[in-house]
Amino acid sequence: MNSTVALLMCGPAALLATALLAAVVGRRASATHLIYGAALIISAALFVIAAGHLARNPEAASAITLPLGLPWTGARFRLDGLSAFFLVVVNLGGAIASLYGLGYGRHEATPHRVLPFYPAFLAGMNLVVLANDAFSFLLSWEFMSLASWALVMAHHGDEANRRAGYIYLVMASFGTLALLLAFGTLAGPAGTYVFDAMRTAHPGPYAAGAVLVLMLLGAGSKAGLVPLHAWLPLAHPAAPSHVSALMSGIMTKVAIYGFIRVVFDLLGEPAWWSGVAVLLIGGVTAVLGILHALMEKDLKRLLAYSTIENIGVIFASLGLALAFKANAMPSAAALAFTAALFHVLNHSFFKSLLFFGAGAVLTATGERDMEKLGGLIHRLPVTSFVFLVGCVSISALPPFNGFASEWLVFQAILRSPELPQWGLKVIVPAVGGMLALAAALAAACFVKAFGITFLGRARSAAVERAHEVDRWSLAAMAVLAVFCLLAGIVPGFVLDGLSPVTLSLVGDRMPVQMAEPWLSIVPIAESRSSYNGLLVFAFIAISASLAAFFIHRFASHAVRRGIAWGCGFADAVPAAQYTAASFAQPIRRVFGSFAFRARETVDMPAPGSLDPARIKVDMHDVAWEIFYQPITGAIDFATERLNHLQFLTIRRYLTLVFLYLVILLLVLALWP
Amino acid sequence: MAVILELAVQGAQMFSVLLLAPLLIGFVRKVKARLVRRQGPSVIQPYRDLVRLMRKEVVLADNASWLFRVTPYLIFAATWVAAALVPTFATGLEFSWAADLIVIVALLGSARFFQALAGMDVGTSFGGIGASREVMIASLAEPAMLLIVFSLALVAGATQLSTVAAFMGSPEVGLRVSLGMSLIALVMVAIAENARIPVDNPATHLELTMVHEAMILEYSGRHLAMIELASFLKLLLYMSLISCVFLPWGLGSAGTGAKSLAIGAAAYLGKLAVLAILLAVFETAVAKMRVFRVPDFLGAALMLALLGTLLLFVSRSL
Repeated sequence: MNSTVALLMCGPAALLATALLAAVVGRRASATHLIYGAALIISAALFVIAAGHLARNPEAASAITLPLGLPWTGARFRLDGLSAFFLVVVNLGGAIASLYGLGYGRHEATPHRVLPFYPAFLAGMNLVVLANDAFSFLLSWEFMSLASWALVMAHHGDEANRRAGYIYLVMASFGTLALLLAFGTLAGPAGTYVFDAMRTAHPGPYAAGAVLVLMLLGAGSKAGLVPLHAWLPLAHPAAPSHVSALMSGIMTKVAIYGFIRVVFDLLGEPAWWSGVAVLLIGGVTAVLGILHALMEKDLKRLLAYSTIENIGVIFASLGLALAFKANAMPSAAALAFTAALFHVLNHSFFKSLLFFGAGAVLTATGERDMEKLGGLIHRLPVTSFVFLVGCVSISALPPFNGFASEWLVFQAILRSPELPQWGLKVIVPAVGGMLALAAALAAACFVKAFGITFLGRARSAAVERAHEVDRWSLAAMAVLAVFCLLAGIVPGFVLDGLSPVTLSLVGDRMPVQMAEPWLSIVPIAESRSSYNGLLVFAFIAISASLAAFFIHRFASHAVRRGIAWGCGFADAVPAAQYTAASFAQPIRRVFGSFAFRARETVDMPAPGSLDPARIKVDMHDVAWEIFYQPITGAIDFATERLNHLQFLTIRRYLTLVFLYLVILLLVLALWP
Repeated sequence: MAVILELAVQGAQMFSVLLLAPLLIGFVRKVKARLVRRQGPSVIQPYRDLVRLMRKEVVLADNASWLFRVTPYLIFAATWVAAALVPTFATGLEFSWAADLIVIVALLGSARFFQALAGMDVGTSFGGIGASREVMIASLAEPAMLLIVFSLALVAGATQLSTVAAFMGSPEVGLRVSLGMSLIALVMVAIAENARIPVDNPATHLELTMVHEAMILEYSGRHLAMIELASFLKLLLYMSLISCVFLPWGLGSAGTGAKSLAIGAAAYLGKLAVLAILLAVFETAVAKMRVFRVPDFLGAALMLALLGTLLLFVSRSL
């Protein structure tokens, strides 16, 4: 069955052709519709093909070798269950982002800086997922990184965006370097760069450990694992909003695909400690990511930090799957792995939705700073409703989809007592506590995001002039909101679709879910745990409407409007409302001292003075200070020293050359 | 026929929690009043309050949005569904498998999410202060609750409340230190979640100390009635939870006939009365703590729950 992958390869080719076309016609007024329309059609087609493969014959892998790239290797591409699932994620996200772009792209001041790179970015992500040898994987990966970098730099007039782009470029190069080393280790001395050969050659324990660490560095830096996350909250918000949605919702998933492909597929049997490492990093990432998000007042940066949290949840679940797999508990591993993949899909839905919503707010008001917004629920009724759906979903609240996948993660955690190793037994419940903390903080964070942005009174004149955005954008957001609800109330449908992937990678699958009565999901056994999102949703809907109906019918339905109660001292200025910073203040006081080394200083005027009192909060990104500053400091130091080499006399240069030659010959002579 | 009967039993539980919840609050208030040598209002006063509120008109703040008007019903529905899914007088009811303990906790989380949003809708500082403190308390109470669920699941091998209750009623449980720790942690979480003294004071209207009351300050009429009823239901839910997990004696089971269900109902009422008296005594004996002492209180609950989980591993391997 080579026809499917050949058909799929036409997609990236068509996207690249669209990119070339965009480079030519990008400045024309009609180009926006043309390019996003083409991207929408191609992505939708790719989605249909991949979903069809996943539904019909997921066991069948189809491969193709194209005579591209280096002459003696060629470029190999392959479609199997895992690639098909990630193709579904990439292209569904891509199609909806293109739909959004049809409307949002019209507000773009410099479309020729966005349009050529947008389809190229989509093509890069598709190629990474399909690649079947290290060479084409790395090439596609680097292409994806560069295309997204170009999109981050679309508005390079802004100093902050230039800095974000620079840091992104450095971190992306670092990540690719780590991946290169990982594939080099996997290929071994024979240099077999084809994935099929890597799959059969099992590296020794040290090599496998090295590959795991390198993958955590390489894929982790792209996905945003702490402490490699520093670029992410700078770069993701800098791009146009639909691209931010793609970077946060989809590209991080491509990084996770890379991690899964290498660690679960190519590396063979994992060691149990690899599970510990991934679990701990995932848990810490989840908590720190969401704490940073809570402190943020820029809406898009808040969303980017919350991506870090979700990546942490996914990695923790993957670590759990590794631990179970290493201990030959395939059914538990299947549960944890399915939970991770389900959260991948769910996060792609609600994160795209939220970034689209942030984009709509940006279009309507020109503001990203939440402390200048407020009261938008009156001006943008549809946007605020779908944004609310996204907030509820991402906060892991039933009956929406975020809860369904986090519930599965917790069910997987509850199987940890069966693990034999003491380290794992103790660490898994602790990580479970961290994930629960992250989920609760996420709810707090999105109460803040929605409450400050959409509720309350308008904090600036821009809000009062705001109008609802165009229909394309609203349609894209509405589709995603429906997906969030559907995946939450009938999760069994998705879980059954994932079973071939888990079967091939961890050797078992979850029980068939669609056969359960009333569409509930039962991960292990009904007496143990079960969840029925549909029934919970129906119960809530019915009892809420019944209560409203009876009260309005039999008690009272009178409404009177009045001014809000302000203790007899109504604050007339909207700026005096609770702000993002004041909302986060209690949580900052609880967690800030160790998470950010936060310090508050209150500057009181002297008695009798009429000057205002000031409060100043100092917060530090600890990861930045511990990991990045020493490295940049060392590089600065080294370059400063080496700079002297530019100003030597010719005699000294000759001496240096001579010394170098002597050392080189010595090394060659002494080499065993 | 059997299905109809089972549905009837489930329906009876759903409506009995709804009817009992105000009575429970009335009883707690009465006991508290008697403890400080007051006469106190009648135990059915909460019913009267609810009816009076429902018949009054609603006064909405000028810029209140649709969210503000929908939220009371959502809070009520989510809390009611959660309360109806906790076993009260019998286990294994028709819909008990629709949600396990994690789902029930999360449903309360949904209710709180909307309550905090509604607090911020009008744009007064009271709503903001209440919402921000509430989410701070919740962000510590929820992980503690989840760790309690872990240790219960470790002992009983399930998160399904019917199974947990059946296991805790069986003789193989024995006396375990970690269960004691979980119980203390659960009580601490329940106090915080229900905004009781010492975390919050349900009777205060002093602006600087209120948390829950600050969020709902703008509510009136039928909306306020719904929110009050939901908070009554939440107290009943936590008491049912404590009694079904830690005092599972006398619990009936679906399909075992009317007699066992009647015994279950009588036992349930007895347990509620004991817990209500304990709550009233405790609330009368302690003073409310400062808001920023609450993290210490809940941190202790979190640590107790974690220790309980870890102790289980140790005691199992010995």
